[in-house]
Amino acid sequence: MAKIIGGITTAHIPAIGVAMDKGLENEPYYRDLFAIYPPIREWLEEEKPDIAVLFYNDHGLEMFLDKKPTFAIGCAPEYENADEGWGIKPIPPVTGETELSWHIVNHLIENDFDPTVCQDIKVDHGATVPLTLLWPNFTYKGIKVIPISINCERHPMPKPSRSLAFGKAIGDAIRCWDKDSKVVLLGTGGLSHQLDGPRAGILNAEFDNWCMDKIVSDPEAICQYSNVELVEKGGAQMVEIAMWLAMRGCIEGEVEERMRNYVSPISNTAVGVQLLIPKD
Amino acid sequence: MTNYKMKDIEGTVHFDGEMATKGFYFNKMCYSFNHEENRQAFRDDPEAYMTKYKLSEEQKQAVRDQDINRMLELGGSIYYLAKFAGIFGWNMQVIGGMMSGRTTEEFQAYLDSQGRGKNNG
Repeated sequence: MAKIIGGITTAHIPAIGVAMDKGLENEPYYRDLFAIYPPIREWLEEEKPDIAVLFYNDHGLEMFLDKKPTFAIGCAPEYENADEGWGIKPIPPVTGETELSWHIVNHLIENDFDPTVCQDIKVDHGATVPLTLLWPNFTYKGIKVIPISINCERHPMPKPSRSLAFGKAIGDAIRCWDKDSKVVLLGTGGLSHQLDGPRAGILNAEFDNWCMDKIVSDPEAICQYSNVELVEKGGAQMVEIAMWLAMRGCIEGEVEERMRNYVSPISNTAVGVQLLIPKD
Repeated sequence: MTNYKMKDIEGTVHFDGEMATKGFYFNKMCYSFNHEENRQAFRDDPEAYMTKYKLSEEQKQAVRDQDINRMLELGGSIYYLAKFAGIFGWNMQVIGGMMSGRTTEEFQAYLDSQGRGKNNG
């Protein structure tokens, strides 16, 4: 049977991708942020997962407002990246895993979750920056990826409790997949940031650290907040914690927090990174 | 009827169904900026490009004024405004300053004043 070996939370800020392109990892501005990634890469090299289930939000590369899914699952053999309009360099295609994608879709619909099913989507920096961070120098080509997107742009967005439940259902699907594969989960985005409006620039380190604690010990506690309350606490884009909740929901029971890093601000955003290992 | 109204948060325009309706064509124009040929067409003749995408006169004026807060009020989504900003070479700190009434340096200082976890820079 397939096994979930761990979950990683990470930012997907475009500036981080640009910094990697330009080799700025050791610059003072970025050094403390990038410090966490070599140990996580070492863990990935030791554990050798076959598949990454990656929760992200599309920022208007593929999913414009004309047809905007609340939850969407990639079921493609390959995912292309492309020009997003403001200068991040596109990366070569990401490899998919159609069999597990379809298994997840079948399982979800059988269990009363009805996502949009996508056989041809481009993935944006929400997916490509984390992949590049975790498998640099195009080594992400060696892992099969299932991109799962959650609408974080236009209200109404799924309630935090719903993203957690969505993750739970996906975790159940992975665990009952009849293949001996190792799966790593990626919850991308967050934490506090607000890009838009006169309130742009707000950060909330205290709330971010509370969320990181609760992602480990009690993810339901985060679900006491509505999306608008999350906006109030951590800015308009704090709602990206949806992807962390979905990731955490996939893991049954308790987790060990193996690694943590919190660096703020990078670009306009507070960056939290965690490596969580299921306690069997 | 369920009350969907979201609590007001000062300095924030919640991008909801009402705003998405208001801003649809504006956002559609900015979405087109994913392609270089469209960015170039806008640079070559912004007025014609805005007319082609059916922007309202108010939206056109906000673009002429480079007034990003006004674009948000008229239904712009920050995801597509980022693509608009890219045309002018404005990054998130530049437009963060423009929207919050600060210079880019002041905006950066505001971000840094709330920072944590940077020990080396």
